Amino acid sequence: MKFGVVIFPGSNCDADCHDAILAVTRQEVRYVWHEETGISDIDCIVLPGGFSYGDYLRCGAVARFSPVMGEIVRHAAVGRFVIGICNGFQVLTEAGLLPGALYRNDCLKFVCTPQPLRVERTDLPFTHFYAPRQVVDFPIAHGEGRFFADPETLARIEGEGQVVFRYCTPDGQVTAEANPNGSLHNIAGICNAGGNVLGLMPHPERRCDRLTGGTDGKKLFKGLVESLLLRSISRR
Amino acid sequence: MSVEVSRLTQALELGMNEQEYRNVLEILGREPTGTELAMYSVEWSEHCGYPRSRPLLRMLPKAGKYPTIAEEDAGGIAIGDGLYVVFKMESHNHPSQVEPKQGAATGIGGIIRDIFTMGARPVALLDSLRFGELDTDLGKHLLQGVVDGIQFYGNCVGVPTVGGEIYFHQSYRDNCLVNVMCVGIAREGQLATSKARGVGNPVYVVGNRTGRDGIGGCSILASHEFSEDDQKRPTVQIGDPFTEKCLIEATLEMLASGAVVAIKDMGAAGITCSTAEMAAAGGVGMDVDLAKVPMREKGMEPWEIMMSESQERMLVVVEHGREAEVEAIFEKWGLIAENIGAVIAEPVMRVRFSGEIVAEVPCASLAAAPVYHLPAEEPAWLAPLQQTDLSALPDVADGNAALLALLSSPNIASKRWAFEQYDHMVQTNTTVPPGAGDAAVIRIKGSELGLGLTADCNSRYCYLDPYLGAQIAVAEAARNLVCVGADPAAVTDCLNFGNPEKPDRFWQLKRAVEGIAAACTALKVPVVSGNVSLYNEGPDAAVFPTPTIGMVGVLQRIDQHCTMGFKQSGHQVALVGVTRPELGGSEYLAVQHGLEAGMPPALDLNAEVAVQHVVLEAIRRGLVASAHDCAEGGLAVTLAESAIAGNLGVSVALTSVEGRADMALFAESQSRIVISFDQRQTHALAALAEEMGADFHLIGSVGGDRVTILVDGAQQVNLPLDTVTAAYHTPLYAAMGEA
Repeated sequence: MKFGVVIFPGSNCDADCHDAILAVTRQEVRYVWHEETGISDIDCIVLPGGFSYGDYLRCGAVARFSPVMGEIVRHAAVGRFVIGICNGFQVLTEAGLLPGALYRNDCLKFVCTPQPLRVERTDLPFTHFYAPRQVVDFPIAHGEGRFFADPETLARIEGEGQVVFRYCTPDGQVTAEANPNGSLHNIAGICNAGGNVLGLMPHPERRCDRLTGGTDGKKLFKGLVESLLLRSISRR
Repeated sequence: MSVEVSRLTQALELGMNEQEYRNVLEILGREPTGTELAMYSVEWSEHCGYPRSRPLLRMLPKAGKYPTIAEEDAGGIAIGDGLYVVFKMESHNHPSQVEPKQGAATGIGGIIRDIFTMGARPVALLDSLRFGELDTDLGKHLLQGVVDGIQFYGNCVGVPTVGGEIYFHQSYRDNCLVNVMCVGIAREGQLATSKARGVGNPVYVVGNRTGRDGIGGCSILASHEFSEDDQKRPTVQIGDPFTEKCLIEATLEMLASGAVVAIKDMGAAGITCSTAEMAAAGGVGMDVDLAKVPMREKGMEPWEIMMSESQERMLVVVEHGREAEVEAIFEKWGLIAENIGAVIAEPVMRVRFSGEIVAEVPCASLAAAPVYHLPAEEPAWLAPLQQTDLSALPDVADGNAALLALLSSPNIASKRWAFEQYDHMVQTNTTVPPGAGDAAVIRIKGSELGLGLTADCNSRYCYLDPYLGAQIAVAEAARNLVCVGADPAAVTDCLNFGNPEKPDRFWQLKRAVEGIAAACTALKVPVVSGNVSLYNEGPDAAVFPTPTIGMVGVLQRIDQHCTMGFKQSGHQVALVGVTRPELGGSEYLAVQHGLEAGMPPALDLNAEVAVQHVVLEAIRRGLVASAHDCAEGGLAVTLAESAIAGNLGVSVALTSVEGRADMALFAESQSRIVISFDQRQTHALAALAEEMGADFHLIGSVGGDRVTILVDGAQQVNLPLDTVTAAYHTPLYAAMGEA
């Protein structure tokens, strides 16, 4: 399996994602410059965190016009995997690959802190290594992570089971106090209807090493590799 | 008015004195042009040339336990494994007082450039901040603005802010201190130089366009004290962290290509400083045409272009023939790379503007600011203040109330409000994050080595005794590193003082530098880089003398790091070191008695070394579960902080000091560390302490949900941990209207 980590000007979690995925999965990982258009070798594209184009205008609003984004839309359309983390999630919503939008945190501050999340779906390639309703700690580090969608879209996201992670208390309660940014329904991460595009504000790549805070993120990347492996075996 | 008189007036307006103007006349043998005068004024300013502090700085030791790299934009050490740590601390005080967000932001931008211009990737930031009282509108405004500037810039460029300190005191009311430190890592062969060489090699301006922002920032804003009705806003620069992030990547990519001969950040004094200093360092000259500098606005005068402090720019000498490679890298990152001239053999700075020569001066004369040996005089108020009789003060009446008051004092209370606004985890190296230990620890990917990082200064001690206070700043920084398991290795200092032309202020500076030199020599840590910020005065008085010490330590094995929180119920608690009868300069004295008087706690450097050896060795052998330095608030606060961090209660019994409970609880005696450990390690620890000649006292144990302290068997503190935790964590949120 091959991962590709996109670098937009202003990305700053590209190396973190690259190093974490490489260490956890021992699969091939390469960088993809945002002007590149040949990504057919890649099974899973990762849009990393950071401040693409300085987040000027609106988070992710400029990056979605990068040449690589057209390829990523096609890549997603054929069922290949896409993960957008933090700024990458913002880019995916701007590009229309995921519904909703990320607004300024309701506390009006950038917040960097460990954050418990409840895994809402465990039937996805990204999450099948987690237990149903398992509480994991992926830290957040963002100023604009308040998930918003109009009532109709929100109902559809909930109805179709597209919510993958919700902000919760350490014992798994989804409460207003556990919501760090005012996201609707405590939504921290969602997938598309096809389940092959995942976007989340928290950083799983920052929880892939015991030394730097924990290993709750490992299962996301490991699970993905295994499901791809199973898929290719079943095809044979 | 004759030309000479008008030029002299111009020189005075630019912040030069008459003698300096005469020196320029002598060097050139003629009247300077306006551009030349501007160049000398910035290069000879205190901010760039250190004319007043240079004689003192020679006292600082340059060699220590690890091989040192110095004499570039930042200094560093070689730590083994082919790795170099490059670091520096710098002040951005005056700009931050004028415009806190941009002042702090551009401070961050500047210090980061100092690091990557040396070929090192920036891996961590720390900031040491000081403001007036938190309960004033101005204090809150400046804190809010400065923290906002740090998060705005630091988060975007992707360099984690892992540590620092924040203090509040009225002396900083009209002149806040914003000291920012950046740490970078370079591998063998990656270090770059600023020494220009190779006649004919092209000189490039890369990064951002040049505008009118920050003109004279260093000579006018940074090298004079504030007076009543100052209008200094236009001299503050504006930061663009997105451009800086691209500049980091483009610069490191360009350096890796090998096409670069020399490189320097354009910070204070912009093109003037970078061209002159690079040429002087290489013993060559430069010929540049300002008309080629990419401009942000039309109609800029040559002297404005020379003095502009527009951010996110670098000056690069490229190897002739490899221009296209460099230009392609900058084009890829959407940045400017413009050839503005060349290295010449004649050691002069020749500046043209559309063909006309607007300046031609010897490079060495620009880089060699005059040296002033200023008079120093101990202030008359100091001795009586030191001799204040504290023995008549009543002993502590209510230990619970006193402890809670200290924990919620803004100087001691948790700084989480600030550091959770900083991305302290990006780059995924942060092993001990802010709030978890006495210093930050970061790993180095691909190596077993780790780094401990801290910035420290107790300026009240420096006010009461600048020599002792500065020594303590060094000793405490080293002790903080030891408490996380790092071997103290090297120092960067940021010396924040008042107007050196006033003998009492200069005396404080002189004594502080002597103190740093003595402590660094004893602890074998060299001062590899630093910054001097003088003229920190408001209309009423100078700031407390504040020699901030940034220190880097080395962990031979990153997995042998330690934090300050208690780990397990039943663990033993011990004090390494001795509590002495000294309340002078303590936070307790200030909070409880409203006094800032007496002598600061004594420092015995031999005892300090012994205590540090014991704890560092104990951590390396895996004997201890937690370690926490006794600092502001004394032993009681130290115990409470370890309990809060570990979310575990603690119960200890102390003996009074000279019959007093307040000294046992709150004295800030130096060279003390509280450790906790499994009972089975008690013997080994006691033996280790004895072997190193350090005092070791078992004082209690971890457990329960209360903080309980007995003195001579009488209960002085007995509080629920929740109460203690709330007192410590809420004050900053409450002050900023968020609780």
